[in-house]
Formats: sequence, structure tokens, C-alpha cells
Amino acid sequence: MPAEAPLLIVDKVKGALALAAPDPAALRQGLAPGLTLAEARARVAGLTVAEHDPAADDDLVERIADWCDRYTPLVARHGERGLMLDITGVAHLFKGEAALLDDLLTRLAGLGLTAFGAIAGAPATARALARSEARVVIPPGREAEAVRPLPITALGLDAARVQALRRAGLKLVADLIDRPRAPLAARFGADCVERLERLAGISEHPISPRRPVPVALAERIFFQPIALASDIAATLARLAVDVAALLEARGEGGRHFEASFYRVDGAVRRIEVATARPNRAPKAIARLFHEKLDALSDPLDAGFGFDLIRLGAFRTEPFLAAQASLDGHALDDEAVADLVDRLGARFGPERVQGFVPADTHIPEQRAKRVPVFTMGTNTATWEDAPEAGEPPLRPLSLFDPPEPVEALGEVPDGPPLSFRWRRVLHQVARAEGPERIAPEWWRDGAGGPDRDYFRVEDRHGCRFWLYREGFYAADRPQPRWFLHGLFA
Amino acid sequence: MSTVKATLSALRQRIAAIETTARPASTAEAVPGVSAMPASRAARIALDRDELDRTLGGGLARGALHEIHAASGADTIAASGFSLALALAAAPAGRPIVWVRQDYAAREGGELHADGLKALGLDPAALILVQLRDSLAVLRAGGEATRCGALGAVIIEPWGQPKALDLTTQRRFALAAEASGVTVLLLRPGARPMPGAAETRWLVRSGPATPMAMNAPGHPTFDLTLLRHRHGTPGGPWRLEWNRDDKLFKRPALLRDPAAVPRIEPAPYPAERAPFRLAG
Repeated sequence: MPAEAPLLIVDKVKGALALAAPDPAALRQGLAPGLTLAEARARVAGLTVAEHDPAADDDLVERIADWCDRYTPLVARHGERGLMLDITGVAHLFKGEAALLDDLLTRLAGLGLTAFGAIAGAPATARALARSEARVVIPPGREAEAVRPLPITALGLDAARVQALRRAGLKLVADLIDRPRAPLAARFGADCVERLERLAGISEHPISPRRPVPVALAERIFFQPIALASDIAATLARLAVDVAALLEARGEGGRHFEASFYRVDGAVRRIEVATARPNRAPKAIARLFHEKLDALSDPLDAGFGFDLIRLGAFRTEPFLAAQASLDGHALDDEAVADLVDRLGARFGPERVQGFVPADTHIPEQRAKRVPVFTMGTNTATWEDAPEAGEPPLRPLSLFDPPEPVEALGEVPDGPPLSFRWRRVLHQVARAEGPERIAPEWWRDGAGGPDRDYFRVEDRHGCRFWLYREGFYAADRPQPRWFLHGLFA
Repeated sequence: MSTVKATLSALRQRIAAIETTARPASTAEAVPGVSAMPASRAARIALDRDELDRTLGGGLARGALHEIHAASGADTIAASGFSLALALAAAPAGRPIVWVRQDYAAREGGELHADGLKALGLDPAALILVQLRDSLAVLRAGGEATRCGALGAVIIEPWGQPKALDLTTQRRFALAAEASGVTVLLLRPGARPMPGAAETRWLVRSGPATPMAMNAPGHPTFDLTLLRHRHGTPGGPWRLEWNRDDKLFKRPALLRDPAAVPRIEPAPYPAERAPFRLAG
């Protein structure tokens, strides 16, 4: 009996539980993937069994990928459990490629993970070597040589073709690589050749990173992890200065910033802020993060501390030192824009809204409320002001949907005489109307009934905006009344 | 005797130093004519250019906290309208207005309507609406906005009587308003008037408007009761009409037949109208 009970991850295959991922202890006892659970139990006593959870696996790989961001911003998922890091130009920061690979694998092992890695000039080469469990760094131009001893399964072809290749006596990549390509393509498919060339580093195949690459990036690495809120704030302030300098060199300002916090245990937390206008004032940026961190519903958990904090600007726009004044626009003032940013960072950008006119005459659709952030330099203008001396024809507040009321109206299409709204009876003293607003049949085709709007004032001096759907007639259903808005 | 006087004057000076506003301390006692204080009037919002302004010592102070209550649930919209009108009268040209609102206030009293804002004289592009879930957030955002001197005015509208809106918070608003010079209007739907730190506290009810031709409802009309005035005596009621074109309050025009319009009733509290719906 082994000291430790083998752990089996099982999954349902054709109605029976089969081994999906046995652990090393299980493998040592000959329990191979694909074996049914019943058979495994018959062979080895004292198994620990857990159900396969693809979502959790996926989540773990995602978290590792997040963590790998510390090495390079270009991280891509590869297959179910693979990660591809483009370390072009960053290896020297980690004292060379071999040291980087060692550092990465040691840290992952420290987190209790079993990982294999390889570095090569082509993604497919590196992947195949990593899968062969070799921890190697292939010098540039030696890819073809390095993959020769690998079995043909390294090509990643389907089982039928792997078998076909084996039957033809082609067991290693070396057997294929020197052969003429045309017969190979004819017999085993064009993608077989393509895969071979990628594997040998002959054809290029770029990786697609999972996250956008920041335009400007600054970071601080800590040998002694930091956990205090004040230290974090100070670090962000210094990073903001660095990022601002980078942006200034580009003549740009950032509209979207992201701070990433790399915890020693591998967890990565990202905090984003957006700004209404291109911004590169370090103080303002730091303050936005301060607001955001302060308002987080799940606070930043430093755990045993962060050993790397990073600040990147992801979306940038040309920064004009003196913004041209847009007539009457709310964001003219720098101070107002800063306020909008701060409120947005704390309460969510969608909560800070402005009005944008819409081309319609349906009252409830007349204006769109959009986050001030997205308004930018919106050029849509509000139609000319109401006529001088005219009382307000539209209510200050609007109910959407309109609230149904019981009303007594003049037959056939007069104003209401009294109406009951929210259980209170209002006697109408004055009224003006009807103002007919027809649905826009040319827009959605259907269109509801016409609405006849009335401005009314009750005996107490409260003013309302009511409408009637349809009108009183012998052969028609009773018209319905709605209260749509309130006048000041 | 002289020592008593000296002590008194020393105390007066200290009080004046505490109240950092550039408000003439003698306003209330001096029984001034409106013309007596042109300098301080410029900084104040003229309301009726008559008795009401005299009561306020030359108009409503800018850069101060004013609290606005509705006499009843049905008058909430009038309180909103009055706040917006005050904000417009207070805001220097081109300065945006920030309105911080609690979601519940919008659900209960309806969403702000851009055309309606325009009809009261506010360019919708000059309004930043911050609509937030709870009163605490509203007060926080309101405090933040109050400190921003680039704004024209701030309207803070929490619903009901939030615990967080205590004397300290109100005092903080008042001090921030003084420091930044921004007029802050604390709109209190669903709340009962309580002692606070506001410069003035108003009870607003919707007034019958002077009718237009064909007996059509007229301009926004408010019946105002001054419940509290830190530097003077309360009073009221007054009836004011908002003139959008001149961004001014006016006394409503007299009618040919005064009997046709109900006279202004003093606003008793609790009102006989529908009570606030505080459920939910």
C-alpha cells in the first residue's frame, strides 16, 4: 500500500465514470486515463475520487495566466491547459531566458502546481517541448533540430492520422521532417505539413494575447511584499508619475487606466478607472485609484502582501494642453471633468449621467441618459429654447412607464374633469389640450394608439401631464387615461 | 458697565470670526431697505425684490446650504422645481449644475425629463445627473460636488430621513459651500423639517398659477414658507412665480378677479393633503 491514497479525477464518459486525470501516485499503480472507475477500484483499494470540474480547471488556468502577466503582457491561452508567453525583449529583466524559465517553474511549483515549460523561437516548438516535459531553452534557429526526437503525437493530429503515420513507420518527428512535403500533404492532409513546419519553426504563427497590451506601463517590484494601504497608495502615486511621464513623451493622455496587484500567493487583482477626458496628471490618476479602492465592495485583500504592483494606461488619446471650449458643454472646466472622474471612479461611470437629445418626438424617448464619460465631444445640440412667455409645455419629471389613472373626461375628446392617482382624487381646475402625439409607425411598424396629452392644474395648484389613449365613442372600448409627468 | 460692553463686543467679534461668511452681521437689526445694501445684494439671489428679500437680508445667500422641504407628497415636484429654479438663479452663466439623486426619489417622483428641464430654463447639456442607490452614497457624492468650485450649483436629493444626514453632515455641507462658493440645495423629499445647519429652510407647496389664455395652466408657481433663517426671522407664506426667460422669480401678476384664485393659505404641517408614501 502506498503511503498516500491515489487521487482520481473522474468524468462521465458514455454513462460510465472513467478516469479523466489520475495523479502521479495513481499513475504509478497503473491507473491510466480512460479506465473506468469500477475497474480502477477493483485494481487498487483506498482510492480518493473527485469529480471532474472543467469550469474550475479553466478558472485555475485563467488565474495562472493572470499571474504570468508579471513576466510579459503578452500571455495567451493555448489549448485547455497550456499557456504561451511571448517573452521577446523581456528576458533580460529576469537575467536571461533560462533564469526566467527557472523562476517561473519554481514559483509555480511553490504554489503546488506541476508545470512544464520550454523556451523556443516558435510557439509550436516551445509547446511541443514543454509537453514532452523537457525544461529546455532552444537557441534561435535550432528549433528543427530540437523537435527531431519528439514522437509524432507532438504534431497534435487526430488519433486516426497518428495511427496512419505509425503504420507507415513514421514514429518520430525526425522521420517526417526530411521528407518531401507534397506526398505528406497528399496522404495526411495539408495541415499535417503546416503543423510540421510550425513545429520546426519554419513558418510563423503569432499568438493572440488574452489581454490588451498597455500603451504605457510602470511597475514596482518588492522584495519585501507590501500590504499596508498607505504603502499601496504611495506606490500608486509613484507609478502614476512614471506613467504620466511616458504619456507625456507620447503627447497623449490616458482615458482608461488599470492597476494590477500581484499577491505573493499568485492571486492577481486588477482595478480599472476611466476618465472623461484624456488625463495625465499624476495626482488626478492616483486620486481616482484612491476613490476606487475606497469604494470597492470587496476590498483589496493584501493577504501576505503584494510583491508586484503595476499601472498601465490602456486607452490613450491625443492630449491637448488647452482644451478648446465647447459651447455650453458641461465638461469645459478641468475641475468639473476631474469631479466627474472622481464620482465615476467611486460610484461607477454609468451613474454619472448627461442628457443627449434623440431624434424622436415620443416624450419618454426624447433624451437618452448616457454616462458623461462616453459623451466626449458630443456635437448633438438641443433644439432652440422654448418661446418667450410660454409656460412649460413639458413636465419636469416623467414616469416611464406612464402610470394608469382613473379619470373622468369630457366626451368625446375633452380634458379630464377629475382623476385619481395613487389613491388621491384630484379635481381639475384648469386644463389645456389636447396635444396629440402619435406613435412613430415608420420606426417599428406596429405603433400603439394615439395619445392626447393635457396639461392640467388641480384645485390645490398641482400641475400634471395626463394623456388619453383613444377617445370616447359608442362603438369603441373605453379610453384609458395615464399620468405621464409632473410639472413644477 | 464698560467691562460688560467690552466682553460683549469681544464675544461678538469672536462670533463674527467663527461665521466666516462675508455676511453683514447687522442685516437683521438694521431693518434695511433693499437699496441700502447694493454690495451684498450682488452676491445674493433676489427672490421677490420686496418683503421676502428684506426678510432674507437682501436675498438668498449664494455659497451657502439651503434646505428645501415639500409640504406634502404632492408638492415634492414643486420642491424640485423650486430647487432647480434657485440653482439656475444662483449659477453663474456657463457653469454646470450637478444634481445628485437617490434612485428611490426618481422611482417615486419620476425621472427628470430633459424637455422639462429646458422648459424651466436649464440647458440639459449643462446638467450632470448623479443617480445613486442609497442615501449614504448620495451624501458622499453631494459632499464631493460641493467642494468643486467650478460648479454653478449642487442639488442633493436623498430620500426620507437618512441617519447619516445629521447635524455634522449638514454643517460639513454648509462649510464646504462657503469655502467653494457653490450654492448647495438640499432637497428633502419624504422628510420632515428638522433642525439642521442650513442657512435657510423652506417649505414649498405648489401654488395655483396665474392662468394663461383659455384657462390654461400657467408658469411654475410656488407658495413658500421660510421655516428657518439663521440670520433672521422666519416668515411667509409668499407666492412666487418662476420666469424662465429672465431666470428670475417674480410675484405673480394680479388677476382681474381675485376671487377666481384661491388665496394663499399658510402651510400647516402636517398638511391635509396626501401624506408621503414612506413604505418600500
